[in-house]
Amino acid sequence: MDISGLTIRQASDMLSSGACSAFALTTALLQRIADVDASIRAYASVDTAFALEQARAADDARAKGKSSPLLGVPIGVKDLLNVEGQPCTCSSKILKGYTAPYDATVIARLRDAGAVFVGRTNMDEFAMGSSTENSAYQVTRNPVDVDRVPGGSSGGSAAALAAGEAVATLGTDTGGSIRQPAAFCGCVGMKPTYGRVSRYGLTAFASSLDQIGPMTHTVEDAAILLQVMAGQDVMDSTSLSAAVPDYTQALQGDLRGMRLGLPKEYFVDGLDDEVRASILQAVETCRDLGAEIVDVSLPHTEYSIAVYYIIATAEASANLARFDGVRYGQRVTSGRDPVEMYGATREAGFGAEVKRRIILGTYVLSSGYYDAYYLRAQKVRRLILNDFEKAFASCDALLTPTTPTPAFRMGENTGDPLKMYLSDVFTATANLAGICALSVPSYETAAGLPVGLQILGPALGEEQILRVGHAFEQRRKVEA
Amino acid sequence: MAYETTIGLEVHVQLKTRTKMFCGCATGYGEAPNSLVCPVCLGYPGAMPVMNREAIRLTVVSGLMLGCEIARWSKFDRKSYFYPDMPKNYQISQYDKPLCLGGGVSIDLEDGSEKTIGLTRIHLEEDVGKNTHFGSSSGVDFNRAGHPLMEIVTEPDIASPHEAYAFLQTLKQILLYAGVSDCNLEEGNMRCDVNVSMRPVGSPELGTKAELKNLNTFKGVFHALEYEQQRQSALLARGECVVQETRRWDPERGETSSMRTKEDAHDYRYFPEPDLLPVVLDASQISVWGEDLPEAPRARRSRFAQEYDIPAYDAGVLSADRDVADFFEKAVSAGGSAKAVSNWIMTDVLRVLSETGRRVSDLPLTADALGGLTKLVEDGAVNMTGAKKIFSVLVEEGGTPSKVLDDLGLAQVSDTEALERMVDEAIAANPKSVADYRSGKAAAAQFLMGQVMRLSRGKANPPIVLEMLKQKLDQ
Repeated sequence: MDISGLTIRQASDMLSSGACSAFALTTALLQRIADVDASIRAYASVDTAFALEQARAADDARAKGKSSPLLGVPIGVKDLLNVEGQPCTCSSKILKGYTAPYDATVIARLRDAGAVFVGRTNMDEFAMGSSTENSAYQVTRNPVDVDRVPGGSSGGSAAALAAGEAVATLGTDTGGSIRQPAAFCGCVGMKPTYGRVSRYGLTAFASSLDQIGPMTHTVEDAAILLQVMAGQDVMDSTSLSAAVPDYTQALQGDLRGMRLGLPKEYFVDGLDDEVRASILQAVETCRDLGAEIVDVSLPHTEYSIAVYYIIATAEASANLARFDGVRYGQRVTSGRDPVEMYGATREAGFGAEVKRRIILGTYVLSSGYYDAYYLRAQKVRRLILNDFEKAFASCDALLTPTTPTPAFRMGENTGDPLKMYLSDVFTATANLAGICALSVPSYETAAGLPVGLQILGPALGEEQILRVGHAFEQRRKVEA
Repeated sequence: MAYETTIGLEVHVQLKTRTKMFCGCATGYGEAPNSLVCPVCLGYPGAMPVMNREAIRLTVVSGLMLGCEIARWSKFDRKSYFYPDMPKNYQISQYDKPLCLGGGVSIDLEDGSEKTIGLTRIHLEEDVGKNTHFGSSSGVDFNRAGHPLMEIVTEPDIASPHEAYAFLQTLKQILLYAGVSDCNLEEGNMRCDVNVSMRPVGSPELGTKAELKNLNTFKGVFHALEYEQQRQSALLARGECVVQETRRWDPERGETSSMRTKEDAHDYRYFPEPDLLPVVLDASQISVWGEDLPEAPRARRSRFAQEYDIPAYDAGVLSADRDVADFFEKAVSAGGSAKAVSNWIMTDVLRVLSETGRRVSDLPLTADALGGLTKLVEDGAVNMTGAKKIFSVLVEEGGTPSKVLDDLGLAQVSDTEALERMVDEAIAANPKSVADYRSGKAAAAQFLMGQVMRLSRGKANPPIVLEMLKQKLDQ
């Protein structure tokens, strides 16, 4: 069975028609991983026995009359989402050997729907990075060009799809960590509205920015996966109570009657020429599909990276304080007192980028600096949201490049954290504003590198952006 | 130069909730270590807090009892510091928008006057775990971690160790009345940090303060403050300066010693807790919570003195404990005279409570039964000797006073024919006492009275017997 490129829809059809069993599908996927992952290294770990056990259970459930679009469908899970009994290293040495004692809410929902968790996908340590080069364990390569990075931090989840070793994966997005790797690897990645998907069980990087989202081969698959993941959760006070619409129902028709905005601040100097050309061509396609295209302005965009790195690091400095060697994870016992034990444990357990961000975050929250950094950043964050609210008052969605450049080469940005941070420049705004965003593959560069078209929607505007993404995706496939 | 003492208190009170502040774990004391824990209160990766609404209610009720302004909008913040008993290495607390602001506690001074100690604020936070040190290792019990903890902060209005002590006693009484905490000091339900400084009398500015930690009893607060007052006075008298620092009270040695100076002070790096929504309370919600507010202990004390016409001291004793005060009022309404019921409670009931360590609500003796017993005495159905016997039965086994009276055969004999026979018998058997009486020794009548009581096995109605004796002897 060739499972490379298999979508959730196709897998689901095969499973429900009896064309193959979940066991056979999972076996084929595990074989594919065994064949290609040595060169891609998208998976941090694969638990074959656990995967096959779930697949068998899915087949049993189907035999007893259960049906669900995800029943028996294998899913890869980013290594910072807790699955009971499975490792959850967050690609950090400090959580080496740690076994999650409970299921994240999204995991519990997917489990109930019969999904099969095949493995843990590699990532930047604690989701801090844009290339997956910050994993403490392994470097993941971009399957499109193995000398290039897959993006990050959900690089493993994106690379697994691009290498045909996943049907769908879960990622998390704090400043672009789903969309940027999706763009780099040529797959679909969605960051839902803040609060649309429960964060319970997502090892927090920046609590006010983090969202879990689907990473898939198609927009339709993203809708199918989001359908199961979304909804209020009593365990997450910030989850939204709004009813979950039928997302696949939104994937109909062309774009007639829709008004799409082009924010001029996303088409500035520093945007790669080929990326610009690709996105402008995508915009023409959308116009051709019936959308009205208008120019808009989001004037506070230029502050987004600064604001993002203040708020995200501040929250991270507190969120990561719990990794102290006292209750779980690695402990370095040298030292005469708890303070020395913490120091030794965290020194050995955290990588350079994580330490850099903890120090930055500690600094911006320090007495005497709080007002100048954190408080001011929160005010500017509000202005960034106001920009979007104004734009969405006259537009259904906005079209932008997902990233300023296609996938960069391995090692290209590792020596320059600031340059690395700038790869989030078009994505971090959606997290700061709490709105929803989708990256779908646009037209490739001459060298065949993927380019991501980012579709930004207002809070709870998932249906609109899925509709735009799906219509564009269908037309592009016809063209190709 | 003469100096005066300025004291401010931070009192931590564990709220009486069924579950913890941010998770569904049960609250409990004395359970096996780490048996009341879950990913949330252990700070596991990915776990998130969910607010316990009952803890909010109990804090608001406390605020209303203490005359605070209840914030319509308040929020939680993260307070960061590393300590092994702290699961997340940040505590979810409230920084600049606490649930309650202002308020005060009126205390009685030694000279009989009244003083109000102002409150700055009351905020809500989560408790931490407990470290235990063994020979070469340490253990942390996280059962307590996440227990809702209310912090009551006073203004620097307290002028002496005595006032601090009185404040704590009064505060405890109010919180017990409000039913928000068990206020059990042994179980750490109430813990106290103290700020103390000295300044020249009349100076508007506060002196340099020391913060005292490890104060787990009210007596400890009193003694630590006395010690600290002397230490700081001595420094100032020698012309030296008080250093701003945190000092630990050592109850064994009866002295404080430096823990850390201002330079080592924590920077807690507070910022709003992004995992929780702000607490928004509308006026109707606050008034619903305020509907069941009990009468405050001081108000009840004044009312007791007036309404029941009992001495101020008695009113104070009876109103000190809400259950006892309720018991008193119920017994009075069951038919006893207030003075008599008060006597029974102040002498017999409280003695039993202190001997047995029980609460009045745990006694087999009901308020109705005590009221009924008082009424039996007043109606002359039983004398005090018999009533004491009935009380002993009621307090051990419960039941109704009239039933116990019958069971014990203690009905007072007021039948004059039966009494007359006993009086005649006593007179006949004690000619010497009769003679003594008639020669002017009035005390001899008491002896004869005793003889009659003995003959009646304690059941004779004493006033009638005395009357009868006098009549016969004076003939």
